[in-house]
Amino acid sequence: MANFDKDSLSNTFIVALAVCLFCSIIVSGVAVALKPIQQANKELDQKQNILRAAGMLAEGSSVASDGRTVDEMFAEFTVRVVDLESGDFLDDVDASSLDPIKVAKDPGRSIALTAEQDIATLRRRENISLVYIKTVDEQLDKLVLPVRGYGLWGTLFGYLALDADLKTVSGLGFYSHKETPGLGGEVDNPSWKELWPGVQLFDRAGDPGVRIVKRRSTAGNEMAAREVDALSGATFTTRGVQNLINFWIGDLGFGPTLQKLKLANG
Amino acid sequence: MSQQNEVLVDPIFNNNPIALQVLGICSALAVTISMSQTLVMCAAVIFVTTLSNLAVSLVRNRIPTNIRIIVQMTIIASLVIVVDQVLQAVAYDISKSLSVFVGLIITNCIVMGRAEAFAMQNGPYLSALDGFGNALGYSLILIGVAIIREPLGAGTLMGYEILPTVSNGGWYYSNGLLLLSPSAFFIIGFFIWAIRSWKKDQVEEPEYEIADNVQYREAM
Repeated sequence: MANFDKDSLSNTFIVALAVCLFCSIIVSGVAVALKPIQQANKELDQKQNILRAAGMLAEGSSVASDGRTVDEMFAEFTVRVVDLESGDFLDDVDASSLDPIKVAKDPGRSIALTAEQDIATLRRRENISLVYIKTVDEQLDKLVLPVRGYGLWGTLFGYLALDADLKTVSGLGFYSHKETPGLGGEVDNPSWKELWPGVQLFDRAGDPGVRIVKRRSTAGNEMAAREVDALSGATFTTRGVQNLINFWIGDLGFGPTLQKLKLANG
Repeated sequence: MSQQNEVLVDPIFNNNPIALQVLGICSALAVTISMSQTLVMCAAVIFVTTLSNLAVSLVRNRIPTNIRIIVQMTIIASLVIVVDQVLQAVAYDISKSLSVFVGLIITNCIVMGRAEAFAMQNGPYLSALDGFGNALGYSLILIGVAIIREPLGAGTLMGYEILPTVSNGGWYYSNGLLLLSPSAFFIIGFFIWAIRSWKKDQVEEPEYEIADNVQYREAM
């Protein structure tokens, strides 16, 4: 290679092509080979988030206090596809491949929300979604709903768990958000999350009535049961949390589903 | 032998990429909030820097001068994607919080700087050692910063509680500043001060000298 000219036009093209080809084979090979493991991780992570919202799994741990694994505990849940409009269960749709957040982006399977309806700033709402039902002795014990809504910097994604009466919060947890660490990010704080179990979702008229407030009403007041202390320094985030809960338990969210479930469970 | 030692050990104290060259500061600020994240980040940088130096050095005589930066970049970016994919498969929890910063290894000046400054002129073995050494120097500073930030900021180390914080019923009032990025600037600043007090030859010449105060003799 005495007269090899590395700066020649042909060598430039050959090297560029060879590097691109070689690198793309490596990158795509790794991506394809690891895809099944990554998918399994994502599913496990989602199951953990659901179990955490339902209060069955401690924060930061992947095994229950009684030693059961995530998969064993999650087996107690049935995943059902629901039509949000009517509240009916759809058995002909495969729940395992349904991603409500993706459905919401598909104009054929979602509706646009008007500014007045859209208190959680979602823009579009999917027509079908998922619910996770835990039954004990054929009786509904817990219901977990996927919820999301806009906070200050971005959308909060989480799960809201309801008790068997379908009007009391059993737990609330967010698995993804972009709120400020130390302020809005405190939605992840375990001591704030502890305030949620027991909160009533609906007011006397049966409308969504969760309130996140600076000063709670005095005990005995009807409103006190559906109020939660706000996070200081996180006005927009807490307002977002309040709105997203009220949206998803309302008529445009899982309201019809909750009605049907209440009837079915007497 | 001495050259190998020099290439490997020099970047740790004598020519540390963070403390002397002040490169790679961005990720040093971002990931040092917890020790486990820091260790994963260090392992990722060691992997990428070593292999990118090796790969660039292997093809250095064929790389056309006018596209050399793009070729280096392609190699580095591919390695970073591989690391990111592997992390998502084996350490999903850590990858969720670290994914953004792993992606930013591509733009870490240390990786690119070593490929361009060293691997383009030296053989594969020395280049790999140089990449490894520089990544070790980077890792040393990062671990040092994390050792200060995580216990004082959150009361834990590797997730284990070592200073029981008040919010968990202990006595330690955690310092919130150490959980924010600016604190890493202070800590790295102190490290640079310490290293330069020890190795005086690293102290840079002042860019200008302050002139003595002018005295007006007649006024005195």
